[in-house]
Amino acid sequence: MKRREFLNKSALATAGTMMIPHFLKAYETSHLGSGAPAHKILVVVQLSGGNDGLNTVVPYRNDIYYRERPGIAIKADKVLKLNDDVGFNPALESIKGLYDDGLLTIINNVGYPNPDRSHFRSMDIWHTASDSDKYVQTGWVGRYLDANCSGKACEPHRAIEVDDTLSLAMKGSDINGLAVLDPKKLYNQTRSGLVHGLSESKLEAQHENVAYLYKTLAETVSSADYVYDKAKRVKASQIAYPGSELGNRLKTVSELIQSDVSTSVYYISIGGFDTHINQVNQQERLLSQYAEAVNAFMRDMKQAGLVNDVLLMTFSEFGRRVKQNASNGTDHGTANNVFLFGGNLTPGKVFNEAPNLTNLDEGDLKYSVDFRSIYATLLRNWLKTDDVAILGKKFDTLQFV
Amino acid sequence: MRKEKQATARMRHLFDRAGFGATPAGIAEAAQSPVRKVVRTLFKQSEEYTPFTVIDPEEYSPKKQLKNMAQNGMLDRDSLKARIKENAELVRDLNVTWLDRMASGKGALREKMALFWHGHFACRAQGRNGLVMQQYANVVRQHALGKFGDLLAGVSKTPAMLQFLNAQQNKKNAPNENFAREVMELFTLGRGNYTEHDIKEAARAFTGWGFNIDGEFTFRQQAHDTGEKEIFGKKGAFTGDDVLTMLLEQKQTARYITRKIYRYFVNEQEDRQRVDTLADGFYRSGYDITQLMETIFTADWFYDPANIGAHIKSPVELLAGMRHTLGVQFDQPQPQVFVQRTLGQVLFYPPNVAGWPGGRNWIDSSSLLFRMKLPDYVLKAAEVNIRAKDEADVNAELLAKRGKNQFTTIVNWDEFEKPFQRVKDEELLESLATYLLPYPLQPVQQQLILKTIKPGQTHSEQIRTLTAALMSLPEYQLS
Repeated sequence: MKRREFLNKSALATAGTMMIPHFLKAYETSHLGSGAPAHKILVVVQLSGGNDGLNTVVPYRNDIYYRERPGIAIKADKVLKLNDDVGFNPALESIKGLYDDGLLTIINNVGYPNPDRSHFRSMDIWHTASDSDKYVQTGWVGRYLDANCSGKACEPHRAIEVDDTLSLAMKGSDINGLAVLDPKKLYNQTRSGLVHGLSESKLEAQHENVAYLYKTLAETVSSADYVYDKAKRVKASQIAYPGSELGNRLKTVSELIQSDVSTSVYYISIGGFDTHINQVNQQERLLSQYAEAVNAFMRDMKQAGLVNDVLLMTFSEFGRRVKQNASNGTDHGTANNVFLFGGNLTPGKVFNEAPNLTNLDEGDLKYSVDFRSIYATLLRNWLKTDDVAILGKKFDTLQFV
Repeated sequence: MRKEKQATARMRHLFDRAGFGATPAGIAEAAQSPVRKVVRTLFKQSEEYTPFTVIDPEEYSPKKQLKNMAQNGMLDRDSLKARIKENAELVRDLNVTWLDRMASGKGALREKMALFWHGHFACRAQGRNGLVMQQYANVVRQHALGKFGDLLAGVSKTPAMLQFLNAQQNKKNAPNENFAREVMELFTLGRGNYTEHDIKEAARAFTGWGFNIDGEFTFRQQAHDTGEKEIFGKKGAFTGDDVLTMLLEQKQTARYITRKIYRYFVNEQEDRQRVDTLADGFYRSGYDITQLMETIFTADWFYDPANIGAHIKSPVELLAGMRHTLGVQFDQPQPQVFVQRTLGQVLFYPPNVAGWPGGRNWIDSSSLLFRMKLPDYVLKAAEVNIRAKDEADVNAELLAKRGKNQFTTIVNWDEFEKPFQRVKDEELLESLATYLLPYPLQPVQQQLILKTIKPGQTHSEQIRTLTAALMSLPEYQLS
């Protein structure tokens, strides 16, 4: 019997919580009588390279779109219509059902003032949530950890990046998130005699940097232990996930969520969206992989009764030029759409106006929603935390959750 | 005996900070001489500057030119593709050439200073134009120990930086403030020491700066705004060069640069008074970098216990240092780029114009575990089962390629082992630690490390095992 089942049953048997040791109570009581996690969960899926938003959510009634993209535009009769203005690239077929069920909200024209068209810099801005003329060394999820870091709750695994290395978004000033591609692999990495032995050694630190390194090591080993211990008990998901990279990683997220780890934020990035040349086939392949993986994940969450507790957000560092280039591709642009999946969205739909192709800034879309308003909404209304402290200033929240 | 140990510790500290570490033999030899003499030798060995010539400007054709050649029928499709790929590999070759130079110990102080300036005047390779990055690296290396003013003007006029900070887009009647802002905020004064008005006006002064197809700086007179500007309260028909001069006239520039150098070379926790004194001297000397660095390396406080081990090695410092200490040669460039990528510092690819944040930012769970495993990869060909992230930029994809599952290296153990040949087995660990770590080992560490020795290992095998274990310690990440 799992510990939690035991607690559930014994709690019912004694018709109260008197029997539960005090230290477990704080941790477990919120679970009693329900399969829901104690906290809301955010999953971020980053599409690196600048996904072409206009060929993802297609303005199929817009003549300018077809005029500017003679070689790569998605034909109106192929588009999966969402409303009178826009429709999905047919490669997104797998998530059309989620949209129809009200589980997907699409926000158009997301960006920030004075956009930067360099991949790295723009991603930097999305990760740090900084203004485009400021350089910040911590990420927004990292600062979320900082803000919620007190006592026992101050552990790297509160935010997990499913990867071998950690993104800037996940780095805080007092604490960083944890990169885990595979809980077992990470666990094995921490089992070598030296790593494990040192993590347990009570050293007299000669300098605060030594103390910092040993503290990081101890946290790493204990988080790796904890995550592996939880993950190994979980039953494999009933849902078949596609074998793509994203499929594998979302499957890992699902297993971790269902293993009941105390993780609030998961982060995944996949690449390949920098489509300067012969875009159509490449993007369709990537979009259909994306859609299949996200669809499997959301169905999995639904089946597990978690669809109202999990919110998945997808973004890319920028969109692409309205006008195609000479190689049947597109060059770096600005504003783009953001997808939000989940059962608690009010209500799933196309959230705002379609991109305006007549009012461009040197050939690029103008943003109307600052991405930090989306972060603010997620932090304040979903993760129930202090968005202003984390983002450094007040951004309007949006009514999507 | 205690004195000898102290001298060894000092030299280890000096070589770590003023270069990329040293071999035990090198440290032992230097420990026989007074600090002043060793420092003077370090500067002497870095006097000479030899430019990188990985890319021959005569032979090199940028992508645009190749494409034109293809359109004119001078290149077929396959050759075009091959040439573009070759160009992309050139940035990587340049990266590894620089790393090799750092690891060689030749002109170590110059290369260390150049690495610092690369982070200060941070410029990121864009597209695949290796030639401009080579030129940029050479300007940084050439002036690394010279006058800061020459360095500032030199770097500001490299096509790499002009392109990176949109100088070509900065025109009369349509100014682009990018360079004007960064030159004040990041290169000279630091935030809060100028107004938005100063930036606007300085941007006008920089109009007309550009470069031609041969990668030379050009002043485009017709794009220059000749009107009067008001900068730092002064009025005049200033040019870009005038603005650089005005920036150097401000003592704040000396303070800002000295502070950054102190935090990098001495201690992130700065001693305000010390920095002010150093900055005064730097300003009075006309921004003489050599003089500033010499003052730092010969000061008694540089060797204070508070400053020993206070610096977290950057990934490049770690890799170059390990290579230098053990005379490690890699047979392939890829693994070395892979290490840089995984740990977050790729030469020619700083994250943005603010450079690498450094310090504790280098360390998180995954980077620390990777660092602790690095000696196994480099010295024992342990299997690498870590992947670096996909690069967003197709132009950088060559850098993103997964490293081979094992590194192939040659380690010069014979040379490394020499000073320890006559050290008794039971004293070996402590003796090695003196050369490799900033702090003496504590008993619990000694026990753990001694456990890595297998029964029956020869003296030489023990040296190798212990060295790998010592280089895995968190303390080895510090210098």
